Amino acid sequence: MKLRIKFAKSGAMRFVGHLDIMRYFQKAIRRAEIDIAFSEGFSPHQIMSFAAPLGVGLESRGEYFDVEVRSYTTSDEMKERLNRVMVPGMEVLSVTMLEEHAKNAMASVAAASYSVRFREGYEPEFDWVGRSAVFYAQSSIPVTKKTKKSEVQLDLKPAIYSMEAREGEDGSPALYLLVDASSSGNIKPSLVMETFFKENGAELPEFSLMITRVDTFTNAGTEDEPRLVPLDAVGKLF
Amino acid sequence: MGKLALRDEILLRVEKPARYIGNEVNAVIKDKEKVDVRMAMCFPDVYEIGMSHLGIQILYDMFNSFEDVWCERVYSPWVDLDRIMREESIPLFGLESQEPIKDLDLLAITIQYEMCYTNILQILDLSQIPLCAKDRTWEHPVVIGGGPCTYNPEPIAEFFDVFYIGEGETRYREFLDLYKEARREGVDRTEFLRRAAKLPGFYVPAFYQVEYKEDGTIRSMKPVEDGIPETIRKEIEMEVSDTYYPRKPVVPFIKVTQDRVVLEIQRGCIRGCRFCQAGQLYRPVRERDVEMLKEYALDMLKNTGHEEISLSSLSSSDYSKLPELIDFLIDECRRKNINISLPSLRIDAFSLDVMSKVQDVRKSSLTFAPEAGSQRLRNVINKGLTESVILDGAALAFKGGWTRVKLYFMLGLPTETEEDIRGIGDLCNKIAAVFFETVPKDKRVNGKVQIVASTSFFIPKPFTPFQWAKMCTKEEFLDKAYTTRTSIKEQLNQKSIKYNWHEADVSVLEGVFARGDRKIAKVIRKAYEKGCIFDAWSEYFRNGVWMETFEECGVDVGFYTTREREPDEVFPWDFLDCGVTKEFLLREWEKAKREAVSPNCRMQCQGCGANRFGGGVCFEEKEG
Repeated sequence: MKLRIKFAKSGAMRFVGHLDIMRYFQKAIRRAEIDIAFSEGFSPHQIMSFAAPLGVGLESRGEYFDVEVRSYTTSDEMKERLNRVMVPGMEVLSVTMLEEHAKNAMASVAAASYSVRFREGYEPEFDWVGRSAVFYAQSSIPVTKKTKKSEVQLDLKPAIYSMEAREGEDGSPALYLLVDASSSGNIKPSLVMETFFKENGAELPEFSLMITRVDTFTNAGTEDEPRLVPLDAVGKLF
Repeated sequence: MGKLALRDEILLRVEKPARYIGNEVNAVIKDKEKVDVRMAMCFPDVYEIGMSHLGIQILYDMFNSFEDVWCERVYSPWVDLDRIMREESIPLFGLESQEPIKDLDLLAITIQYEMCYTNILQILDLSQIPLCAKDRTWEHPVVIGGGPCTYNPEPIAEFFDVFYIGEGETRYREFLDLYKEARREGVDRTEFLRRAAKLPGFYVPAFYQVEYKEDGTIRSMKPVEDGIPETIRKEIEMEVSDTYYPRKPVVPFIKVTQDRVVLEIQRGCIRGCRFCQAGQLYRPVRERDVEMLKEYALDMLKNTGHEEISLSSLSSSDYSKLPELIDFLIDECRRKNINISLPSLRIDAFSLDVMSKVQDVRKSSLTFAPEAGSQRLRNVINKGLTESVILDGAALAFKGGWTRVKLYFMLGLPTETEEDIRGIGDLCNKIAAVFFETVPKDKRVNGKVQIVASTSFFIPKPFTPFQWAKMCTKEEFLDKAYTTRTSIKEQLNQKSIKYNWHEADVSVLEGVFARGDRKIAKVIRKAYEKGCIFDAWSEYFRNGVWMETFEECGVDVGFYTTREREPDEVFPWDFLDCGVTKEFLLREWEKAKREAVSPNCRMQCQGCGANRFGGGVCFEEKEG
């Protein structure tokens, strides 16, 4: 049986990197006594697949991983059991069941949404709320993406599915981005922000952004007619 | 979750920020308004090393089991954060509360190896606590030292208000009560320390004065006031099956050195190897009840979620219920897909059987620690491992499919000759020959045998029979390593043998600290002020600065290292009583020079003195 677990990461936990979060959940699953399945071989490991890695320093309210289990109870009971063994800053938001042949979390990721705020004292001098609409209205947004080996020219525009400045839940303005997060075309929100700043004649200072991943999406439609839904929308409560 | 001590901008700039955020599974958070004493346990090295230390986990659990105490943890900030904290004057903080250490009542530092001494100063300095005890007031925490290096605390005595000598389980409750009472009464800090100095196991350096002879050795060390004890006997937990042990150890987020459940099966060692300090300090051997260990193993696995468990002790093969415990663990762990990491066991049919059950034979290796290359020298050091035991064990293992062998030796042992050193190459060669004799060509899985010989340099330690011995110079050490290498190269099977050796510089410094006196403190302080920290890390060890500092301070390295001591010399650590008598150690030193061996505690009592503690192996019923 394949289960998909959605979790949030905040506060001090922002400084625990992706690999360590994987290790954290391997141990949490044991503490919660989830009846997870193991691989074959001399050193069996838990069958587990994480969706999209989250950079150090980012918050998230929409992280996912899949586990294969040998037995289960109910969505609520398993969620509660996991939450009893969490540390502050980690919260399990949902446990859903996937269909037998569903793609695993990592392969399912198509997009991710982010909210971007400025750290106190780091707000830009230009009118970022107004200018963001102008930036997004362009028909193409060429950038140079530096990798370890080379520089690649690419157009950001098709990878940004939406970009909008509005007030967040706490009343402060934030930029909301929905961008490609698939393995082939993943875009980091910081790349969008750097480009946005550059086009407005400004440098994006280090550490100026507070970024929250709001959710991670999969394509429940077709390639031509995509329909983005949160990763747990393809699972069922049980 | 409270506020972090470090701003996001700092945490995002340093390596592994999770070292500094606390919040780990099983970390203890208390309401600071509801406790009387706030303290921190410190391991003065980087988080990954400190978090791997069992002693702190035990004491952290014990202190927090006291309702009136909140104990936090603190480790050395790595060099990147160290620089930022100095630049910005950020005070060092406890991981749990994220509040400054300087505002706590007590700072307890475990001192596990000599090369962390400058890191102790780093901890004090970053905490904004005066480095010297005499400059501290009630505005500062009381700084306590503990751990094996406190069996010669003199080189670092002036940096500590008090040392706790021995095992932590026994006397801290009384110390805490004394502290609470002193603060309630409003007595001054010196009066509190005076009272503490009268508690068993506590050493307050300020109440002792050392007088030296003209040759630099000690004439006497005496209390400066009436009522302060002349000698301090180590504290020891005799009820090891009914004492503090964590059922919920803290689980780090980042990978640490010892990333598993650790089960301490016994304390002490029956063997009496003459170079080994731990073997003398932790006498007598006390075994934990096997039923207690089983129960704790299950509890700790459940509460941590660790996927590995290891057993910890000196000479684990001597634990009498080892087969029962290992069978139990293999059974439980197989069901739960948990790995068992075995301690190094004496190689025989039993251990090979166990190893083949819990490890992949093709990937694991056998470990032998002959420590010396010849039987003569093994007799000198009382290492009861003979060549035939090694060769028979190797043959048995090769038949079982093992192809890798690790061997550990020491260079520079007392009475060592070139012939003894050449014995290392000979022994490696014989092991390789055994492989080719026992395993037919068509059955050689990996093609051939791999033998890795490693040597470390011998450093005489206090409270060992070799505390009188001369240590080699750096040049002598390197010559010996060269001879070892040459002798290995001359062997018929040299292609199957790999040889590793350690740096000699750091061994010399460790030698000075190990048997140093109060005169060493100024060298440590000055080297620290010149920027020496993380001396245990070869990439940060600056031998040139150290040697220059010894010279500037007028301290002769050779006086502490290469000088053989007279039998009647007063040592800096003579005011401590670790249970084992100086007469016994001297007897063993004489026997060593005669190449005479001493049987282990279970075979025949050697009258070391540890039976005064009234328990353990000294009072075991002899079998048969």
